[in-house]
Amino acid sequence: MTQKITLEEAAALLWQEADLLDHREYDAWLNLWSDDGIYVVPIEKGVEDFANRLNYAYDDGEMRRMRVARLKSSYSMSAIAAADTIRTVSRFVVTGERSNEIDIRAAQILVEYRRDKTRPIAANVDVTVRRTENGLKLVKKVIWLAHSEEAVSGVGYLL
Amino acid sequence: MQEALIDKVSDSDLGALVKEDRVHTSLYNDEHIFKLEMEKIFGRTWVWVAHESEVPNPGDFVTTHVGLQPAIVVRDKRGTVHVHLNRCRHRAATVCEARKGNAKGFVCPYHGWSYAQDGSMLGVPLPKGYSSDFDKADYALVSLRVESYAGLIFATFNDEAPSLDEFLGRAKPWIDLFMKQGGGYPVGTSGEHKFRFPGNWKIQLENTTDAYHFPIVHKSFLNSLDAQAEELFSFLDGDGFVEDLGNGHSVMVMIPELVDLEENLDAPIPERFKELAEELAADYSDEEVRRIVRAVGGSGFNLNLFPNLACSMAFFRVLRPVSVEETEIRHIAITMDGGPEAANRKRLRLHEHFQGPMGFGSPDDAEAWERVQRGSKAGPDMWIMLNRGTDGDGNGPGGVNRGDVSAETGMRAAYDMWKRMMTA
Ligand code: FES
Ligand SMILES: [Fe+2]
Repeated sequence: MTQKITLEEAAALLWQEADLLDHREYDAWLNLWSDDGIYVVPIEKGVEDFANRLNYAYDDGEMRRMRVARLKSSYSMSAIAAADTIRTVSRFVVTGERSNEIDIRAAQILVEYRRDKTRPIAANVDVTVRRTENGLKLVKKVIWLAHSEEAVSGVGYLL
Repeated sequence: MQEALIDKVSDSDLGALVKEDRVHTSLYNDEHIFKLEMEKIFGRTWVWVAHESEVPNPGDFVTTHVGLQPAIVVRDKRGTVHVHLNRCRHRAATVCEARKGNAKGFVCPYHGWSYAQDGSMLGVPLPKGYSSDFDKADYALVSLRVESYAGLIFATFNDEAPSLDEFLGRAKPWIDLFMKQGGGYPVGTSGEHKFRFPGNWKIQLENTTDAYHFPIVHKSFLNSLDAQAEELFSFLDGDGFVEDLGNGHSVMVMIPELVDLEENLDAPIPERFKELAEELAADYSDEEVRRIVRAVGGSGFNLNLFPNLACSMAFFRVLRPVSVEETEIRHIAITMDGGPEAANRKRLRLHEHFQGPMGFGSPDDAEAWERVQRGSKAGPDMWIMLNRGTDGDGNGPGGVNRGDVSAETGMRAAYDMWKRMMTA
């Protein structure tokens, strides 16, 4: 019988994820994911069928690996000039539970600094965490940017 | 001490800032020139406002801008599309703030003046407060002249402008080719990526027919493709070309074999579309599958329509000047209206792969444009060079300007129109 995931365990994973992303440890970040996991940054609020809509990102395992390869390459001038980020993930609420999975809704406040400008980026985040033989893994992350329906300028890092 | 050239020229000398193979730096950062552009270009020519699929039914509307001015594109109950200034005739409040929707008419939220879809005034609350000569006919929403071609809706403030047909001229056959990416279905729009960059609008106008930057700026995108697709996008040593289409319009053919999507239907299916073809094969005939799959990647050319629309691969790129140093860009995804979901899903994934704030292409373009604007602060008396491929000028069919795919022919075409309009 699998042991249920506690909020504390899930929160620890999300804090670890935030720390890895802020420090651009992208390979370690990839390892937090179950390969069938989906990483989504939607445009329209309230959408459920992400696959049939235009998103900012809709990444399966392969696309996540390509994205990380791009961010780590020295060829992308926007990635090289990417902002520094410092983010806080908090206000956790459990929105669903199954035997080996937990759904969490959280607030993510990211502050980025680039070329003399400090800019806050606010988002609600829906995350699903699964217990596997290799520890807790992310199986879904949906980042609902507060300003997603407005002009969203280049994001040279990962949300 | 250096003195900016612009200080020495009067409005009528604006033409001196555009030479055959270069334009003056002040075109990127002089506020006075920007104001004149809004008046003489965006105030006088045909400006693209929407695609018909954005307003398919009576009452459908989208809000947008013509130059700096907020506007509403709305289809009335008879099916006619109108473009109104989004400004109440009472005290100027916008009458609509929704991005899109369906409305019987527009009621101003301030004092309640109301307008029909065609812009005519319906009424005012408490009319007895106005004198007896108050005539509703004097207070309709201000409407622009509207014409459309192949689903592209344009508006102009200028009643004297030539017809849209005449204005588009030699660009029309290219628009027809572009619309073939419907793969037998009508071309539809399916969402957009919108962003701003701190730079002048003409920096992005130039980019639509700039193949020269592609292998450099988009190296990380190219590296993410399979070998076959990478080969396809390595078009700089191919047979592509850039052609001046008149009136500031131009076309850049990157992948000549993908100019006409209804040709070569029996060519082998490219690696990156194999899975899609297999999925479609369950519900469509072999011929339909081939037609749809061939259309999914979009057209092999970029068409630049002066001053604000580009038809590019499988999307519309719309620019909106915000200020002399700020521009908003929309990349509108194109899908096959009523076409197979699998094909449309593939289109959306291709769009996300390149465009948008997290795409593998657009952020690199935006970074390059931002750096052009920043660099243009140095050397206020220097020139922006557009001299690549001038040996092709006059050498195209019928004596038009046509250079190889990396030539700056398209930019020279746009600045030629800029000069014509700014000195008119
Ligand atoms: S401003 Fe529109 S009714 Fe007064
Ligand atoms: Fe580009």
